[in-house]
Amino acid sequence: MSTLLQHTPDLEPEPEADLAGPAPRRGRRARRTAPDGETRTITSAFERRRPLTRATRALLNGGLLVFLIIVCLGPILWLAKSAITPTQDTLRYPLALWPNGTDWENLRTAWVDIDLKLYFWNTVVIALGSWAVQMVVAVTGGYALSILRPRGSRVIYALVLSTMFVPAVVLLVPLYLTVLDVPFVHWNLVNTFWGAFLPAGASAFNVAIVKRFFDNLPREIIDAARVDGCGDFRLFFSIVLPMSRPVLGVVSVFAVLAAWKDFVWPLVVLPDPAKQPLSVRLPRLAAVTELDVVLAALLISCALPIVFFVVFQRLFLRGGLEGAVKG
Amino acid sequence: MTAYLARVRGSAATIAFLLPMLLVFGLFSWWPIVRSVVMSMQQTNLVTPAEFVGPDNFRAVLADPLLSTAVQNTIWFAVLALVIGYPVPLMLAVVMSDVRRARGLYSLLAYLPVVIPPAVAVLLWRFFYDAEETGVFNTILGWFGLGPVPWLEDPSWAMPSLVIEATWAAAGGTVIIYLAALVSVPPELYDAAEVDGAGILRKVWHVTVPHLRGVMLITLILQVIGTAQVFLEPYLFTDGGPDNATLTVLLLVYDYAFANTTGGDYGKATALSLMLAATLALLSVAYFRLTRRWSE
Repeated sequence: MSTLLQHTPDLEPEPEADLAGPAPRRGRRARRTAPDGETRTITSAFERRRPLTRATRALLNGGLLVFLIIVCLGPILWLAKSAITPTQDTLRYPLALWPNGTDWENLRTAWVDIDLKLYFWNTVVIALGSWAVQMVVAVTGGYALSILRPRGSRVIYALVLSTMFVPAVVLLVPLYLTVLDVPFVHWNLVNTFWGAFLPAGASAFNVAIVKRFFDNLPREIIDAARVDGCGDFRLFFSIVLPMSRPVLGVVSVFAVLAAWKDFVWPLVVLPDPAKQPLSVRLPRLAAVTELDVVLAALLISCALPIVFFVVFQRLFLRGGLEGAVKG
Repeated sequence: MTAYLARVRGSAATIAFLLPMLLVFGLFSWWPIVRSVVMSMQQTNLVTPAEFVGPDNFRAVLADPLLSTAVQNTIWFAVLALVIGYPVPLMLAVVMSDVRRARGLYSLLAYLPVVIPPAVAVLLWRFFYDAEETGVFNTILGWFGLGPVPWLEDPSWAMPSLVIEATWAAAGGTVIIYLAALVSVPPELYDAAEVDGAGILRKVWHVTVPHLRGVMLITLILQVIGTAQVFLEPYLFTDGGPDNATLTVLLLVYDYAFANTTGGDYGKATALSLMLAATLALLSVAYFRLTRRWSE
């Protein structure tokens, strides 16, 4: 479900763009700007000056902000509060702010006593491994399909894209049996991290985004490098990769977040509790642990994704929908 | 000679670059897809050798009395998600697109639930849904003289509760998709509508919404395909209960294959997932055909 609903941004190469730079980058998504620098949206500047419209808009926009703060941020803030509140207070006065003081010990208990650190590091390893596999597959595959273009690459690309239309549900059981006994090599990857890493690499979205990005790289640069005798590998490492930072960034942040969120596949492929990530382990822990420690564990489990999102928000929020939605 | 060598080296490089993709897709996507078709016609439990049984698995699944419960529940989930969840991101995005100050903050807030790991969100919401009067949601409802609502404990409340959480968790992603599409509304259209004397609501109705039609179609199909495969919420919130009220098709697939008591029936599990996939494929094809005429 998550892979299907995950939206993927529609990127174009902007070789000179500096991701960390302060200059606003609008690219081709820029709105037409009016002479005064204002962008045109539903309401016109004229309408916004009318008192009634002005009041309504203020009410609507302010109301929306309050709504978003309560509904989207509220549960997280509540979790942060309750993670350091004794169980009895949370049960009796769930919405009160520390009626009997705080209990910071919860966080330590969760991290050490119920071994959350083990599952936390498992999750980190799974996220990094899945990221690395997805990167290698998408970047080398995209390069071969977009720049090298051997005979048959159109067929290969069509086969890759067609997997997008196969719902993940169909694959759950046959994929499990494949990982249990990998064809030809007969490895059993169940209960190994490779069992989590490798299937993540088969992401048609990644290949499609990277390929489209490479398709839009300036041909003159690639042709010039070719004329200068640049081989396939050098072209890849010295020309194409350095120009690909925007797309590598986007694929990376979505890959890491998706791995951190994943539940069903690790549940199936990692039955050994010592190998499980947080998502899979938390429900079992929640059943046998005191409430305040569970809430502390939940807070620890979502802290990193939240920080990650806030840091890389621009990459997450400049969405689009895998090319199907172009204007 | 050198040209020949260069070509050989070139094709070796090409193969080297293609190899990771071919191996990973071949082993973990294409082969399992082919295998699922084969397996649906086999009796497999990994202990005895697989045996060809033709359509027996499909017959066994269709004869399972739980199937109609699971199908009905899944449709109910999809319908509720459509009614509760589908309009929310659209309305949020339309209002957000006209915010002029700190729009980044709005999108940041709206997207925040999307980055919370679903297992964490469900465990948190399970506590919010406490059916006691002192539960978080029931306390809030109590302020307005409402409730207490039995939430997950009551067969008729359980599914709406799941849908509300699922909407909370997913709406932000769709908001971002709509916002990206709203940027591409040609400003001339708004100018023209104003010249024709259209007010703000008429502009939304006659310019903004029609412009979003294509995207709305796609998010609709994605949502139906996504909700038809709902697993995590019913698995973690209620494990299909109470009284099978939240048993969904994918939960049944999981039970066939992996549940401790009835598990290990991989043939039945694949047969059911194939039937679900075929239904989804038919649904999206039919939908595209029906709507192509008016979306052009």
